[in-house]
Amino acid sequence: MKKGLAKLTLALMAAGAIGTSAHAASTLVYCSEGSPEGFNPAFYTAGTTFDATSKNMFNRLVEFKLGTTETEPGLATSYDVSSDGLEYTFHLRKGVKFHSSKDFKPTRDFNADDVIFTFDRQGNKENPYHTVSGGSYEYFTGMGMDTLIKEMVKIDDYTVKFVLTKPEAPFIANLAMDFASIFSKEQADFYMKKGTPEKLDIDPVATGPFQKVQYQKDSLIRYTAFEDYWKGKAKVDRLVFSITPDASVRYAKLKAGECDIMPYPNPADLKQMEADPNINLMNQEGLNVGYLAFNTQKKPFTDPRVRQALNLATDKSAIIDAVFQGAGKVAKNPIPPTMWSYNKDIVDYPYDPVKAKKLLAEAGYPDGFSTNIWAMPVQRPYNPNARRMAEIMQEDWSKVGVKAEIVSYEWGEYLNRSKKGEHDTVLLGWTGDNGDPDNFLYVLLGCDGVGGSNRAQWCNEEFNNLLLSAKQTSDKAERTKLYEESQVVFKREAPWITVAHSVVYEPIRKEVKGYKIDPLGGHYFYNVSK
Amino acid sequence: MFQFIFRRLSLVIPTFLGITLLTFTLIRLIPGDPIEVMAGERGVSAERHAELSAQLGFDQPLYMQYYNYVTGVLQGDLGNSLITREPVMKEFLTLFPATIELAFCAAIFAILIGLPAGIFAAVKRGTVIDHSVMTFSLTGYSMPIFWWALLLMLVFSVNLGWTPVSGRIDVVYWIDDVTGFMLIDSLLSGEEGAFSSAVSHLILPSIVLGTIPMAVIARMTRSSMLEVLSEDYIRTARAKGIAPWRVIVIHALRNALIPVITVIGLQVGILLSGAILTETVFAWPGIGKWLIESIGRRDYPVVQGGILIVACIIIVVNLLVDITYGIVNPRIRHSR
Repeated sequence: MKKGLAKLTLALMAAGAIGTSAHAASTLVYCSEGSPEGFNPAFYTAGTTFDATSKNMFNRLVEFKLGTTETEPGLATSYDVSSDGLEYTFHLRKGVKFHSSKDFKPTRDFNADDVIFTFDRQGNKENPYHTVSGGSYEYFTGMGMDTLIKEMVKIDDYTVKFVLTKPEAPFIANLAMDFASIFSKEQADFYMKKGTPEKLDIDPVATGPFQKVQYQKDSLIRYTAFEDYWKGKAKVDRLVFSITPDASVRYAKLKAGECDIMPYPNPADLKQMEADPNINLMNQEGLNVGYLAFNTQKKPFTDPRVRQALNLATDKSAIIDAVFQGAGKVAKNPIPPTMWSYNKDIVDYPYDPVKAKKLLAEAGYPDGFSTNIWAMPVQRPYNPNARRMAEIMQEDWSKVGVKAEIVSYEWGEYLNRSKKGEHDTVLLGWTGDNGDPDNFLYVLLGCDGVGGSNRAQWCNEEFNNLLLSAKQTSDKAERTKLYEESQVVFKREAPWITVAHSVVYEPIRKEVKGYKIDPLGGHYFYNVSK
Repeated sequence: MFQFIFRRLSLVIPTFLGITLLTFTLIRLIPGDPIEVMAGERGVSAERHAELSAQLGFDQPLYMQYYNYVTGVLQGDLGNSLITREPVMKEFLTLFPATIELAFCAAIFAILIGLPAGIFAAVKRGTVIDHSVMTFSLTGYSMPIFWWALLLMLVFSVNLGWTPVSGRIDVVYWIDDVTGFMLIDSLLSGEEGAFSSAVSHLILPSIVLGTIPMAVIARMTRSSMLEVLSEDYIRTARAKGIAPWRVIVIHALRNALIPVITVIGLQVGILLSGAILTETVFAWPGIGKWLIESIGRRDYPVVQGGILIVACIIIVVNLLVDITYGIVNPRIRHSR
């Protein structure tokens, strides 16, 4: 009987194998790390959700040029900015088709109504769709779009004007973000009439390269290439997200050929991946920064000399080796080197405990002092092991007489307490949203962020004024100069120890062609073939 | 008999209330504000925080929140997930078929191997066979599941290529979700090879998940068989010259099975409540993984609702086992 069973199993497996080779021609399989939270990217903030929605199903007025943080035309072919920087007029692309779903077949092309609906839903509390499906638009409000957009005017079917309340140069980069993905107003009206508006967020039709066919929670998402995509049909016919939460299992699937691309490998597996002839291990510096912020409103960190001294006392390269195991680079600026306006000429504080001690003595602490280091309880790309990082710093600092105690809280609690400034020094980091330097510098170090995302509680007038001027001009060369200058002030005042930028690794199968790592952390499959 | 069932049922209500109170309190005792966790490094402003709290009902006093929760549950509404905004019941129903399917196959594996092994060990008591079955089952019982799963996966899926690594079916098959049971849906789809692909995806997870129950069943069967085999009537049966296998299978096994069935019932209850590790490793879209993830995200409604449903399943399975047991063994239903 046992023999019979074994035979049966083998026969079944063989049948399975034959089935596989018959169909596999152009299905691209991406082993994603989790289920999307939903299919309306405007509701969420997780990259997992954006990969499954905005990056591959949707388009935006402007989009990020693949592999860069620069923007290029998307559903808008061009835009004009008024001289006061308050009016942005977008000229929309003609002949753009929407997908069809089981319930809904579009009867018209994309036009200005869709653009206005997309943003009005998020910003206007009177919009009938505003409260549908819970109605919280975290990124839209988080990026300040609710107070920034004064009104939207439809000039004709293919021209829309946005009027802003103040000049804000990063506005264009914001429009390239996931929350700004364009929905079909026709579909929204259709569901509203049927009395099931929430279906818009479950089964939206969009204009992007892939259309969703099926989603099985925690299992897979199936897409087909959209035949009428305005840039031309994608190179593969089918795209499957095979949801695989465990990194070692993703790697096993990659080796067995069950997936073609996988994100977030275990650092411990990198060496083996590099040696595997079937795998191409791609890497790029991530758009992030891991830092230690001094609470500049608490003594002794009110004195820049103390902050500089601890910068000098910290051996960053030892941290990179121990904590990142090669998947990180020393950071000298608060923005990553892949971002425009990164100031290459900045000289970082060297590791120099002797000089550090001297500075501390000058500041009135010849015997050091006692303080704390807050270490995050979670793993983040910009800091895979905060506890270890804190321990190394603790030891480094003890050499100049500074006794630090390591403190940690549950993640939500940690974020909340550090926002209020309960820490002396805190480890944290940031991953960029829209590739604009403002999104790092102003959010993390601007005066508006004190008591919020500015964990150093640092408000420096000179620095802040440079950032405010950079917001008000849309001239990129001018903005670059201002941001470069701000980085000089930052380094001198040292509100942080800039620790590291992580390196993102993405193993793909050798037969996969045309894949590019997105510096903003997304995963795009339009150009990929196999 | 009815009195017996009634007695059993009346215990269910306080148990049920106790569970709602326990899950409600415990998840709130874990530090961490779901809104802060959702917002991450970006954070939310104090006004936005208050607005969201009001929207989700967190601004009310705890006893009101509990009252709302229980009245919701009594009306069949378990609330919506904070993350996906989908009704908890709907999410559960999407994921539960996968758990049932895996639990069913794991149980079959456990019974098919565990039962004969236990009988064999009892009959050959004290021999090498007995010792090896017992060593084997003890190993199975104490196997770290995560490691065991990865080991089987590396050997059979990556190195030998006999079984798929993870998932429920090969990605080339586009099977419609009809029943949620992949074995049935793949047959319904009529696609050639789909069913065998679904079966091959079940092999490793079933073995991994079935390992511990298998060991438990084997050990239980052995000890129960040993007890029965030493009874007088067995000796009488043997003395009457009945064929040895007939004595074992017909006379001994029948009686020995009663405690084994109870154990199987309890094991099935546990299997149905989701297998966190097995589901995580094999990317199996079941309820165990769903619950664990929602605890990490402080998704209160999912944790409360999910645990409540799982507890109800276990209560029902236990009740069924008790009742069956009562039917099979009159001594139990008559005793107070």
